[in-house]
Amino acid sequence: MPVACRMCGGPAVLKRPKTGDAVCKDCFFYAFENEVNYTITNGNLFKRGDRVAVGASGGKDSTVLAYILKLLNERHDYGIELILLSVDEGITGYRDDSLETVKRNQHQYDLPLKIVSYEDLYGWTMDAIVKQIGLKNNCTFCGVFRRQALDRGAMLLKANKIATGHNADDIAETVLMNVLRGDIARLRRCTAITTGAEGGLPRCKPLKYTYEKEIVMYAYFKKLDYFSTECIYSPNAYRGHARTYLKDLERIRPSSIIDLIHSGESLSIKKDVKMPVQGTCTRCGYISSNAICKACTLLEGLNKGLPKLAIGKSNKSRRLLDAASQSSDSTNEKTSPKEKKKDVTF
Amino acid sequence: GGAELLFDKVKEHEVKLSHDNNPWTIRKLLVWIKENLLKERPELFVQEDTVRPGILILVNDADWELVGELEYEIQNKDRIVFISTLHGG
Repeated sequence: MPVACRMCGGPAVLKRPKTGDAVCKDCFFYAFENEVNYTITNGNLFKRGDRVAVGASGGKDSTVLAYILKLLNERHDYGIELILLSVDEGITGYRDDSLETVKRNQHQYDLPLKIVSYEDLYGWTMDAIVKQIGLKNNCTFCGVFRRQALDRGAMLLKANKIATGHNADDIAETVLMNVLRGDIARLRRCTAITTGAEGGLPRCKPLKYTYEKEIVMYAYFKKLDYFSTECIYSPNAYRGHARTYLKDLERIRPSSIIDLIHSGESLSIKKDVKMPVQGTCTRCGYISSNAICKACTLLEGLNKGLPKLAIGKSNKSRRLLDAASQSSDSTNEKTSPKEKKKDVTF
Repeated sequence: GGAELLFDKVKEHEVKLSHDNNPWTIRKLLVWIKENLLKERPELFVQEDTVRPGILILVNDADWELVGELEYEIQNKDRIVFISTLHGG
């Protein structure tokens, strides 16, 4: 016997995890779109005249993000300009396929597209990095580089804001990860809907309260074109553990996801806890809590053949860096055949 | 949504299920799929007697949670869709 839609009584197609309500297709679209609109207006994410670079990977979240931002911009007259921004990390068989999807999105949504690559920015593709460092800690490199790449790309586009497709599940996973690792600094920052306003470009997450399940269902019912494969280097990522746990939690009590985000937002930290101070990197000018930002340190490690640099405790990496610079000062440093030096300036 | 990779990249399978004294529930179908269609890494599709969390199931384009999940009895010509959500966005 078909279940009736909570809102209009028609035949229901989806049980919303957020509310437990059964809704029909059109009411689902209505609720989904209105909730994102509410998140945007309530959080003051955009103002008229903003030029927004939309992080687009061709995956489900960014495709839905691009689609819905365009729709809401027209429907509610935000008055913003949207441009698709894609990062090519150089992962054969994964990224090159998903970039084809973004190129299709460009035509389907009639939005301009810019692609920036790790190869151009840093002189290293992820494939080359993984060859050097092995299959552990890949995501550390990729994530750090991608953040900078997005900023770089957005600046090239003369955008004043970046929007990413992070969804509720992602943020809940991040909260879990930071709790498990005891990373109080990140824990405090990770639930903010807009971040980075005091350094690079502000970046916001309009889908912050949107469940991954609903994003997939929205894309399915609207027949949106997206690319869906796991990054070939991701199986060893720490986030995988948090995700498995979260999915099990969601099955038992679907509101867990939004509750986790709420807990993260409600956290307050005692005054006497030491927090890192945000400054700027002395090498490239990017925002950083240390003298040299993570990206520069990682690159240094890759170029000097010290791939473990910046992985793990920071004092250790500083010692390694000092030792490396001391040995290069005392002998004239020979350029290793693998070295591809690229200066990252901002 | 990527789930087809576990099935030799074949997305659509037309399946004839033999008549049985017991009705064909989704629970039974999952066991059947695991034994007959799944080509690799069963732990990525099924977990214990249900589907792995993160894989959505639609019965005739409606959420399986609305029709009784594992206990739903499959009717003739039903269209069952499995969508994986476990990948990058």
